[in-house]
Amino acid sequence: MDAVGGEVTQPMLAARIRKERSSPGASSFVLDVSIEVPPGITILFGASGAGKSTLLDCIAGLTRPNEGRITIGSDVFFDSARAIHIPAPRRRIAYVFQTLALFPHLTAEENVAYGLQDLPEEERRKRIGAILNAFRVEKLTKQKPGDISGGEKQRIALARSLVTEPRVLLLDEPLTGLDAELKAAIVDDLRAWNTAKAIPVLYVTHNRDEVDSLGERVIALDNGRVVSAGAPMDVLNAPRRKKLAQAAGFENLLDATVLDLREADGVMRVKLGESVCEIEVPLGYAAVGSRVQVAVRAGDILLATERPRGLSARNVMEGSILSLEQRGTMVIARVDCGVTFVAHITPGAVRALELTAGRRVWLVLKTHSCHLVD
Amino acid sequence: MGKPRENAEKGRRMEALWLSLKLAACVAAILLAIGMPVAYWLAYSSWRGRFLLESIVALPLVLPPTVLGFYALVAMGPRGPLGKLWIALFGHGLAFTFGGLILASVLYSFPFAVQPLIASFEAVDRRLLDASEVLGAGAFRTFWQVILPLSLPGVVTASVLSFAHTLGEFGVVLMVGGNLAGVTRTVSIDIYDHVQSLEYGAANRMAVVLLVISFAVLSVVYAVNRRVWTPWAAK
Repeated sequence: MDAVGGEVTQPMLAARIRKERSSPGASSFVLDVSIEVPPGITILFGASGAGKSTLLDCIAGLTRPNEGRITIGSDVFFDSARAIHIPAPRRRIAYVFQTLALFPHLTAEENVAYGLQDLPEEERRKRIGAILNAFRVEKLTKQKPGDISGGEKQRIALARSLVTEPRVLLLDEPLTGLDAELKAAIVDDLRAWNTAKAIPVLYVTHNRDEVDSLGERVIALDNGRVVSAGAPMDVLNAPRRKKLAQAAGFENLLDATVLDLREADGVMRVKLGESVCEIEVPLGYAAVGSRVQVAVRAGDILLATERPRGLSARNVMEGSILSLEQRGTMVIARVDCGVTFVAHITPGAVRALELTAGRRVWLVLKTHSCHLVD
Repeated sequence: MGKPRENAEKGRRMEALWLSLKLAACVAAILLAIGMPVAYWLAYSSWRGRFLLESIVALPLVLPPTVLGFYALVAMGPRGPLGKLWIALFGHGLAFTFGGLILASVLYSFPFAVQPLIASFEAVDRRLLDASEVLGAGAFRTFWQVILPLSLPGVVTASVLSFAHTLGEFGVVLMVGGNLAGVTRTVSIDIYDHVQSLEYGAANRMAVVLLVISFAVLSVVYAVNRRVWTPWAAK
């Protein structure tokens, strides 16, 4: 949280990193990013293989970038131009790994104490007590990681990192595998802790829900590049990259050809795939005849059993249901309109509309539910 | 068979056994001290020529003990580099002494100590080492507090195997040490000696001792590797 009066309490993390990774056989990968992480929680979002973990490893000092500069406030951790590379143990950057990496041979308390060996006994005790309290794991002190539950392990891992009073916190999908309720509880504790400390937190996830619940800012990474950064709504509701769109939960990714541009209305018409199906989408940087990709969320598509009239939605397509598949409290409908759309509907809607495979339906799609991706 | 002769045989047996155990214990201790840094380096180095050192470490596995013993003897002899150095330092040669025996045995049992150590160091999750580092620990502390405790089965295996392997060695000892009672006559040499003189009963009594010790030692290795005694074993 930023301090009142425009003064920032803790310095910002700034990183400009170029890191080449070549492994024999695989195509080489280049991470080339420049990011700024102010105090508070910033989400690093991207599909797997986008370079998120490599970026965190570079910031933590576990991997050495080929080129770049990493600073916190006026402290330089890495600067290729000046041959500065502060080793990881002296960076005071906390890092919670996806696997948590709790030491299996130490008790929870010993794990938490690991980063505090230079402190006097009394101070160490005080800090450990406080952090175990803050993360509600004070009862587990004498247990080994093998004996405690997943959520508790995650709390211990957070406590172990934060007890060192780090200047930056890096979290690599630390809450994977937890149910939503437990996740929310841990996130609340983390947020409460960071309200007081106000350090930059970089939180990696490819889970859309976590972005929505945590996000103050989002940096979207794809194939080693930052593709967008800003408020969660802005970044994720208009994904500009195919992989990002898939990760952000856009079930429909359709090839399209631009038919004509209507600059005055801010829209253009495109033809989907090889079909005759035409829809109206927001205007993008594309010329008539060029090929684009359109991303649409399955949840943004309406189904009707009669041709709808008097709608503001500009896209109405006729098609027939290919299949209905119930998954949890949701039904996934695949509809053939010349191209196949995936739509999410409720079981109640399936019953009320008497939907079955082969049934003729109309799909309704708002112009601004269609997103162009590169 | 009279009583004095029986006592003499028993004395000789105890002497040989004591010598073998002393040699094996010294070699195991030395190998653990040398083996750990070597294994650490081999497990974590990214040097491209690593395979060369790995080959050297594994050499005693494929080399006949007599070849190794022969070169050790030549090096330790009064005209060998090692022998000359030893004479300059201590005033006596290295060949046919207990010290020479230790040196040759260390070379011979090297892979038995280093290879289990490498395997167990490599098995430690890299992210645990990363975690230790970001929590402020340098390489030395990470080794003592994370790698070593988690490699304990490998350390036990390494010491037990180098102990057992040294206990049973024959060729190297014969080449370098000869057959001096109380100095270089180990159990295996003694057995050979008895067989040469057709004393099968005496040979058998010694052989049984080696058999039992070897079996006990291997049981320890396998038990530890099944993590019978490691408290943090996965449940």
